[in-house]
Amino acid sequence: MKKGYPRFFLLPGLILLIAIIIFPLLFTIRVTFSSWNVSQTGLNFIGGENWAEMARDTRYWGSMLRLFYLSFLTVAIQYALGFAIALFAWKGIAARRFFRVLWLIPMMTTPSLMAIIWRSIFTEDIGALNGLLSRAGLDPVNWLTESGPANVAITIAEVWQWTPFMFLILLAGLLSLPKEPFMAAAIDGASAWKTFARVTFPMMAPISIGAIMIRLIDASKIFDSVFTMTRGGPGNATETPAAYIFQRSLQDFQIAYGSTLALTYLILAILTLTIIGKVFARLSKPRGI
Amino acid sequence: MFTKKVKTLLAVALPVALAASVVVITPASAGGTLTRTPGQEVSYKPYGPEYANVATTKDGNDACSWYNTSKKDYSGKTLRVLTHAIPNMGKPTALHAKQFEELTGGKVEVEHASFGDLYAKQLRSFQTDTNQYDVVFNGSYQIGDFHSFYAKVPDSVTKGNGSLATLTPLYKELYKWDGETKLFGIDADRHFLKYRTDVYENAAAKAFYKSKTGKELAVPKTWKEYNQHAKVFNGYKPAGQPAGVKFSGTTEITQKGGLMFGAFIDRVAPYAKNPNVKGGFWFDENMVPQVNNPGFVAGLTDFVEATKYMPVGGKNFDLSKEIESFGRGDSLLSYTWDDAWSKSNEPTSPIKNKVKAAPLPGAEKVWNRVTKKWDTPKGGVNYAPYIAWGWSSAVTAASPAKAMAFDYLCFWANEANHKLDLTIGDMGVNPSRTGDFTSDFWVKEMNWGKPAVDSWLSTMQNYEKNTNRVFDLRVPGVSDYMTAMENGVAKALAGQATPQKALDEVAKEWNAITKRVGITKVKSAYQNVIALEDNIR
Repeated sequence: MKKGYPRFFLLPGLILLIAIIIFPLLFTIRVTFSSWNVSQTGLNFIGGENWAEMARDTRYWGSMLRLFYLSFLTVAIQYALGFAIALFAWKGIAARRFFRVLWLIPMMTTPSLMAIIWRSIFTEDIGALNGLLSRAGLDPVNWLTESGPANVAITIAEVWQWTPFMFLILLAGLLSLPKEPFMAAAIDGASAWKTFARVTFPMMAPISIGAIMIRLIDASKIFDSVFTMTRGGPGNATETPAAYIFQRSLQDFQIAYGSTLALTYLILAILTLTIIGKVFARLSKPRGI
Repeated sequence: MFTKKVKTLLAVALPVALAASVVVITPASAGGTLTRTPGQEVSYKPYGPEYANVATTKDGNDACSWYNTSKKDYSGKTLRVLTHAIPNMGKPTALHAKQFEELTGGKVEVEHASFGDLYAKQLRSFQTDTNQYDVVFNGSYQIGDFHSFYAKVPDSVTKGNGSLATLTPLYKELYKWDGETKLFGIDADRHFLKYRTDVYENAAAKAFYKSKTGKELAVPKTWKEYNQHAKVFNGYKPAGQPAGVKFSGTTEITQKGGLMFGAFIDRVAPYAKNPNVKGGFWFDENMVPQVNNPGFVAGLTDFVEATKYMPVGGKNFDLSKEIESFGRGDSLLSYTWDDAWSKSNEPTSPIKNKVKAAPLPGAEKVWNRVTKKWDTPKGGVNYAPYIAWGWSSAVTAASPAKAMAFDYLCFWANEANHKLDLTIGDMGVNPSRTGDFTSDFWVKEMNWGKPAVDSWLSTMQNYEKNTNRVFDLRVPGVSDYMTAMENGVAKALAGQATPQKALDEVAKEWNAITKRVGITKVKSAYQNVIALEDNIR
């Protein structure tokens, strides 16, 4: 009785875990073997038909490839910009506190509202950006209706919103760095660039990896900006897996097929991010240790 | 003896007549706070500043007039209504709910949803058997998915002096499923062509066109002509062009998820709807999709070409952008729903009295899916107008308040309300009743130009008589079919696939949908559509 007593306290957490994670996951797995859709509700059994269909679904795999470059590109830009701004704020500028808060504003904006604002900026007929271009005597750009510009528009919106997150984490990292290595570098007469390349950047590696991983996890779910700004268009040029799964599951009501796509997406995301994490961990390990 | 008989008769008849007259002239108010007398003026003005300029009208004699509704008592009862977002349908639903509450004492809870959510919310309510709504609003093309969850509309509404008794014969049929009226039809939509008269009726513009093409300028009869006109006048400056507005060839709905499927159907219909081939426009007798046949491909090829002559951003226009763009004078031509037409006729429109209506263009050839050859149409042009779905509503079969629900809808669409709703552009109510097709109403009460009104009304009446029409694919899973089609068309419009390749992918997807929904189920439902296409009903 005494032995089992402490375990009793785990029960509420366990029940919660089963209710909100284990059961939905197992249920989703079961749903993928049914044909649950708009006109056939309930759990029949159709074997692996949904999985076979998914393997042949070029639109899904296309969206997956798009997600890879969109997430890697946006996170890379966010990291570079975030680091630059963090260094700027760290090194001390006038009204530093004011700017620190100012730079955080994009991140505090609701993503869907942010996407609506960007959409109105990029709107081709009455949008601000084309208005500025025409004032400068330039031709309007089809920001949302041509594949290349549409991807650029989404990248800009994503970078604008999430660079402050990188800035925040990296600034916190910079502020926590010990002063001694920098003093040693200064005594040795290292230039600013050398100090950054040999001291700051390596010391920031663990923090950078953490920030990049968090952002990659988040970026793998890109949806708000895509759905609001382009609805995955033109054609499917900006469609990400999240947007495609939303379409299949919650608009077409192909619950079973949508679940198959979502489950695969989850597995692939976990695998990819685990591999990336391992690679980063290996790269950041000090050599010779 | 005779005198005694008369006296007896008078003794009985007089009090009855007196009592009857008292009933007739007594203001009625059974449960509500609003009392009404027969034929009293109906005005929306007390319901908010947005109705300040709306005309007033006399209450009708129909079964659900304001007066007759005020005799009902629904005190203590509640109606749950799911409708579209404001303004389209959402505005009149909320307004008539308030009026109904005042008249009957009942409570009407109105929930608004986007078009996509309207479908999803109904579906969830029906599939999970939670019975969340008494009244739902929908696009009438979704009848294939929902008819079994809807209650039959009572004869008292569809016949005699019921609100729906004067619907045009075509729309009476559209709101039926297997011979039973399941939808409460409050709107009727037809796609038609809108063109700028400051170009088509302008000597300089005509000369310009002739100098460019060697042809006389006339309202386009085919989609090829439509595209040619759009090309020639793209960038032109018409005499009546609003200041600061660039002129382009055509404004169309091109956005995936923005009702683009309607524009696509308009463009392919005359190439693919052969009046000599019966038994299916969307599928053949073996349920093989026709969406990738050469007729559909020809229509899509034209659609792709037209994207070159659209205004800036025109490749991403949903219906609302199309309305806004054409309404502000962006282009020479447009088509699809009535809304852009109403917008261009509004008092503040920069192109008021510069727009006329005409039937949708046709095609100089039409695909014959039986012979697998192109046919040359009789008269040189094949016309196949798309009778687009209109807004409709329904009372759910599981509703515990059916009588109240039908009374609410009947009041919603009564003679006086229908007339006033027609005059307000963003209500989403378009001509659907025989009485709506007289030009007097539009010219005198709406202050629209007579030539424009005549062109519009004659176009719609022409559609009522046309026997080579295309209807929505009113089968279970219609949203899936349309989504798949829009996705393929969007790929072609974006240049990601050729029209043939894009539509081949759609056909493949359609086969999968048919398999998923069940071929027997789809085929059986499709018979109802064929009956409309082939004029069997």
